[in-house]
Amino acid sequence: MMVGQALRDQQRELTVFRNRLMLSGLFIIVAFAILLGRFSWLQVVQREYYHTLAEANRISVLPVVPNRGLILDRNGEVLAANYSAYTLEITPSKVANVERAIDDLSTLIDVTPRDRRRFKKLQEESKNFESLPIRTRLTEEEVARFAVNRFRFPGFEIKARLFRSYPQGEVASHAIGYIGRINDADVKRIDDQGLTANYKGTDHIGKLGIEGAYEKELHGVTGSEQVEIDAGGRAIRALARSEPLSGNNLAVTLDLKLQKIAEEAFLDYKGALVAIDPKTGEILALVSKPGFDPNLFVDGIDPQNWDALNNSPDKPLNNRALRGQYPPGSTIKPFMALAALEYRKRSTEFTISDPGYFALPGVAHRYRDWKKEGHGLVNMHKSIVISCDTYYYGLANELGIDAIHSFLTRFGFGARTGIDIDGELAGLAPSQEWKWQRFKQKWYAGDTVSVGIGQGYLLTTPLQLAAATATIANGGVPVHPHLLRSVQDAKTQELRSPAAAAANDAAARPENIAFVRAAMVDVTRPGGTAAQAGQGAAYAMAAKTGTAQVVGMKQGERYDEKRLKQEHWDHALLIAFAPADDPKLALAILVENGKHGGSTAGPIARVVFDYYLTGKKPAGKVTLDPGAGDEEHD
Amino acid sequence: MISRIFDVLTRRIDGPLMAALALTLALGLTVVYSASGGSSVDRAFAQGRNLALAIFALWLFAQIHPQMLMRLAVPVYLSGLALLVGVALFGEVRNGARRWLNLGVTVVQPSEIMKIGVPLVLAWYFHRREEGLRMRDFAIAAIVLAIPVGLIVRQPDLGTALLIFASGFFVIFLAGLSWRVLGSVAVAGAVSLPFLWSMLHDYQRKRVLTLLDPMEDPLGAGYHIIQSTIAIGSGGILGKGWLNGTQAQLDFVPERSTDFILAVFGEEFGLIGNVVLIVLYMLIIARGMMIAANASTVFSRLIAGAITLTFFTYAFVNMGMVSGILPVVGVPLPMISYGGTALLSILIGFGILMSISTHKQLVSS
Repeated sequence: MMVGQALRDQQRELTVFRNRLMLSGLFIIVAFAILLGRFSWLQVVQREYYHTLAEANRISVLPVVPNRGLILDRNGEVLAANYSAYTLEITPSKVANVERAIDDLSTLIDVTPRDRRRFKKLQEESKNFESLPIRTRLTEEEVARFAVNRFRFPGFEIKARLFRSYPQGEVASHAIGYIGRINDADVKRIDDQGLTANYKGTDHIGKLGIEGAYEKELHGVTGSEQVEIDAGGRAIRALARSEPLSGNNLAVTLDLKLQKIAEEAFLDYKGALVAIDPKTGEILALVSKPGFDPNLFVDGIDPQNWDALNNSPDKPLNNRALRGQYPPGSTIKPFMALAALEYRKRSTEFTISDPGYFALPGVAHRYRDWKKEGHGLVNMHKSIVISCDTYYYGLANELGIDAIHSFLTRFGFGARTGIDIDGELAGLAPSQEWKWQRFKQKWYAGDTVSVGIGQGYLLTTPLQLAAATATIANGGVPVHPHLLRSVQDAKTQELRSPAAAAANDAAARPENIAFVRAAMVDVTRPGGTAAQAGQGAAYAMAAKTGTAQVVGMKQGERYDEKRLKQEHWDHALLIAFAPADDPKLALAILVENGKHGGSTAGPIARVVFDYYLTGKKPAGKVTLDPGAGDEEHD
Repeated sequence: MISRIFDVLTRRIDGPLMAALALTLALGLTVVYSASGGSSVDRAFAQGRNLALAIFALWLFAQIHPQMLMRLAVPVYLSGLALLVGVALFGEVRNGARRWLNLGVTVVQPSEIMKIGVPLVLAWYFHRREEGLRMRDFAIAAIVLAIPVGLIVRQPDLGTALLIFASGFFVIFLAGLSWRVLGSVAVAGAVSLPFLWSMLHDYQRKRVLTLLDPMEDPLGAGYHIIQSTIAIGSGGILGKGWLNGTQAQLDFVPERSTDFILAVFGEEFGLIGNVVLIVLYMLIIARGMMIAANASTVFSRLIAGAITLTFFTYAFVNMGMVSGILPVVGVPLPMISYGGTALLSILIGFGILMSISTHKQLVSS
């Protein structure tokens, strides 16, 4: 009985076992069928899709960034160059906690607080899948130390990159400009110009000056390399490569030595100087003081330096030569004299008796000459040499503002000169129409009188003044001021010059020009307002001094510089060219708060001419003395 | 003389099973070679050594009579359990998991022992109770199973725990646990899912979520699945050819010689390769089920059935995970993936199957 029961149980147990085994078998068949279905789906139906993904994984087209063209001065001195250095870069999107990762990194290689601030600023300005430098210029040892610990830092990468360097530092910084990291606005501009492909792999773009204006010449053509990459993004082997074409080297018209001498001549004064070859329009020196070190911008400027530059009351980033709009003061007088001659309003012999002031008929208001007691009898020649205000009050009134406007326009006032770098401002050559449109106000005769001595609404940039001076030096024919001298084609090595601008018509008749030039020569001789500057020069120099008021004076109030803060002192101006009979250099100088053109701007002009015309370097420091020549006020 | 030696060597070897195993193992070696870069034979050589050892173990276990195995069941289980407790108390932590025990002589992973120990002891228990099983027996079996599984889950090693649970469950299922109980356990399991979910580690939850949407975290948890499906899919019907899988050779497939070796295989040998592999697995499983069905004792048929079904579980879980239909758990592809331990425990299992297959006549007579 027991045995039978056991046998039956055994039998039953065996049946259950076999049934369940069979069931499992069915389940297994279904499971494998599902897997086969899945494989068929992936490998047959979706095969193309995954094939594409696999190829995209495998093959990467990497841009090969071209070397940026060099910038040289007219004598081949290097103003902007490239050097190759290792940088350590982070792709924020690949790093879980960037801050902590940088902390870890700093135990390995030096990371200064400045590096961190700069990186933070970059991070705010960029998309987080971009590779951003945390450290630049790594030493070989640092590279080695990082390489050993690489596995600890996913998302970090050492890259060999070309960096821009400006070996001259602050010298000519406003003309050369700088490159900086490409920002959103740059991206948009690149897109608009259809250059997106050419900027793949490029991080920097010219922002200002020559670097900005000739970006197209300097950038070059980006090459490409098709590489097979592994999962870590490392290139395994190159499949194909097209070489990049370096950017073209540019020679600019600047003369580095002259530029340096001119900048040093400013001492600690703020201001601007533009020196032009009057025959060609080539700009030999373009000074805006204070300058800045463009090297700060190359790998992203840190916030501290940026704030210092941006918030300084001296405005070092402002290019005063192109963007500073100042009243020209008495430096406008030669042009006013020319206008009177051209429009036959006054002859050279016309003489006034200067009582020390000018009054419009029927008006009590007195326009004062800088010399209280007056200059006595003054003809046109003397009016320029001694800078007589009274003469020009009357002259302007006789010409009328619209005639003045149209004549000044011939010399380029009130309009951009068209210099080949960006940012230039137009100044202002006022007219009746202008005042009406701007202020909805009628033009008064009194407005014209002030314009006669370069005050009132009239505003010029140092560049405009220099270009206008060059026009006088060039016998009345305007030239186009420019900075680019030649382009060396990276492919053919051939030099090409920029297309010459169309020749201009003369702005004034030769005999009138000759008359004004002669008067300007006498300005630098004993009795003239710039006699000090011309003293003992080995060549004849022509000049005109000027003073631009910073603070307006009330009627009857005398300018008392001792009572004013230095920042309210008048600006000193000077326009000049030399040698007077065959001018090789024309310039305009503005010294902010320099008071008198003769005593502060004059010595600068002298140093520049001395070096350029005779090769003589200044012995020791130039002395600029705003206090000197008080008697010979202009 | 030679034929006598041959006869001694092969007496306990099941021919059809051995043939299928040999083909699969040979295939495995070629894939390991490819997955290790195709330029160095080091890995393939090491795997060859593992293989030699594992085949010897298979042969050794094939010689052991099932009766003898049954006697070993309790000691193996208890020593495995002791080692697991040891791990929980003094184990070494590697990669955030406490799985290894340093015995001074060697470092062991006791959960591997349980892969054999759990089905052995359950089969032994049901064999002893063959005169009518009651609910109480199943309850005891459940406890015997739950203790080691619980310990391993806590390590944490979800993959191994799952496989050990499966092997024990298969014994209980084949022993005839009533459908009613099975059904209610399944319902209870479903109800307690949210609770179990909250018990999971973050990384384990992430793996499940990643399965639902791999693109959620394409560079993190989803990366494995995305890259392995790209590898398999891009292989197409014929495959890219041995050593020519770009996904595999350029390192896009992570853990390509171990858990994700199927991606390498599928990319280089295509759908045809996958079909061949599945057919080989099915042949092995079919042979295992035949051996189980014809086994003469409760112990041997339960153990044979459980080994076969566990083998299937290995294969299915791995293939499902690599092809993106199951969550990522650390289960190697049986007999293909690089690694000695898994190979050893699988071939020991087949050694036991062969022992059951070749000793049954003696028992029944």
